[in-house]
Amino acid sequence: MSVTLPIYLDNNATTRTDPRVVDVIIPFFSNAYGNAASKSHPFGWAAEEAVDKARAQVASLIGADPREIVFTSGATESNNLAIKGIAEMYAEKGDHIITVVTEHKAVLDTCMHLESTGKSVTYLEVDDNGLINLDDLKAAITDKTILISVMAANNEIGVLQPIAEIGAICKERGIIFHTDATQIVGKIPFDVEALGIDLASFTAHKMYGPKGIGALYVRRRSPRVRLSAQIDGGGHERGFRSGTLNVTGIVGFGEAAALCQAEMASDAARLQVLRDAMEARLLDQIPECQVNGSREHRLPGLLNISFGFVEGESLLMGLCDVALSSGSACTSASLEPSYVLKALGVGDELAHSSLRFGLGRFTKPEEVEWVTEKVIAEVARLREMSPLWELHLEGVDLSTVQWQPH
Amino acid sequence: MPYSDKVLDHYNNPRNVGSFDKSDTTVGTGIVGAPECGDVMKLQLKINADGVIEDAVFKTFGCGSAIASSSLATELVKGKTLEEALKLQNTDIVEELALPPVKIHCSVLAEDAIKAAIADYRQKNGITA
Repeated sequence: MSVTLPIYLDNNATTRTDPRVVDVIIPFFSNAYGNAASKSHPFGWAAEEAVDKARAQVASLIGADPREIVFTSGATESNNLAIKGIAEMYAEKGDHIITVVTEHKAVLDTCMHLESTGKSVTYLEVDDNGLINLDDLKAAITDKTILISVMAANNEIGVLQPIAEIGAICKERGIIFHTDATQIVGKIPFDVEALGIDLASFTAHKMYGPKGIGALYVRRRSPRVRLSAQIDGGGHERGFRSGTLNVTGIVGFGEAAALCQAEMASDAARLQVLRDAMEARLLDQIPECQVNGSREHRLPGLLNISFGFVEGESLLMGLCDVALSSGSACTSASLEPSYVLKALGVGDELAHSSLRFGLGRFTKPEEVEWVTEKVIAEVARLREMSPLWELHLEGVDLSTVQWQPH
Repeated sequence: MPYSDKVLDHYNNPRNVGSFDKSDTTVGTGIVGAPECGDVMKLQLKINADGVIEDAVFKTFGCGSAIASSSLATELVKGKTLEEALKLQNTDIVEELALPPVKIHCSVLAEDAIKAAIADYRQKNGITA
């Protein structure tokens, strides 16, 4: 089996920009470099036309109207704009926001910031599959609730929340529904009308587009969602987000969206087959390992798995030829296990020894096979060296051992 | 995090991985650390009638530096008397492996494991130091 090292399996962190996208972007650096807001000359007109086309491509991917797309610098900015923008605009109506403990930091830290300004936030817990309970959500709603923000697909475990059901609850209660759709858009079907979404954040670089360009979908009809801008200036993007448009980024985003729309079904089916084969082989060959998050409600190309009795950093060291993410921030001095895995009830030890494999459009089957066999070999080798594995094989329950923490 | 060549060498080719029979009176066993801290080291020494460490083995759950520290510890203690082995310090391991500051605790753990194994041997055989 011949593969080129290192192998990239971190597609939920970012993706390679599709070469077809790069080809479309290049002319906008050198020839059509006008400012899309310049109305008086052909350079500006060409840029504006390209932005209009891209806006339509991005809107089409999520079933929106082009006028409902606000370009931003990325999903973090979109999340900030959505949540802070609603909190400010609807301050007279209420001051309560509901979100989930497993959200991305861009949502959680934004909510925490709002708490420091006097808003009230409920953070819903998740079950051991990573899913929220809709009854908990309904129970958390008060007459002061103005916004519910629940991510569509989780970045660490790929779990898909019941977005359509949440959309229906929001509609019934007259509450604005925002979803961080960063991981889902372009990967599997996502339609703002069918799901009842009012605001959706997403970004180009997770779907084979360039970094530095994202979007916020803002519903225009039933209801018409209003937002307080977070960046003031020239009134671009209908006043929602000032700043000269990132034409090269937008053009690339549009092309990436069009490619995703055309190839989503085949990409998703292919990745699901590869991921399922990897998962089945690992579960079959490695005793005492577990898949984290719902296996039923999950993105097709993502696998998060914990290996008992081996330590995470040493496992990553053994997999130094593979680009992937682990369940702990072990490259920093603090050994902090993933808050997402902790929320699922995964213990610290298993959280530390968890790996996230993120397959993508450019992942080859032989690369997945190579990594799978390497993981099997490394886990076996490290367990051979592990006193915990030895105790486990002797039938000792590790929780009953008197350890000497240092 | 960049690892020194010596850490990588011990991680890729650990010396003296294994176990001795814990109940053997010529064997001293030291287990230190805790799973929730991310490191557990088990070091075992086989000691002859003259009080010399004839053989040493380890098993370690921990990062690459922890594995390297314990692997090196087994090499360092072999052939030493118990008194000599007790004089080994974590700084010897830090120097040899060029451990960065955040990994010094791995060397401390290895030193503790040597001391714990010797204490176990002495206790088993009714020897007071």
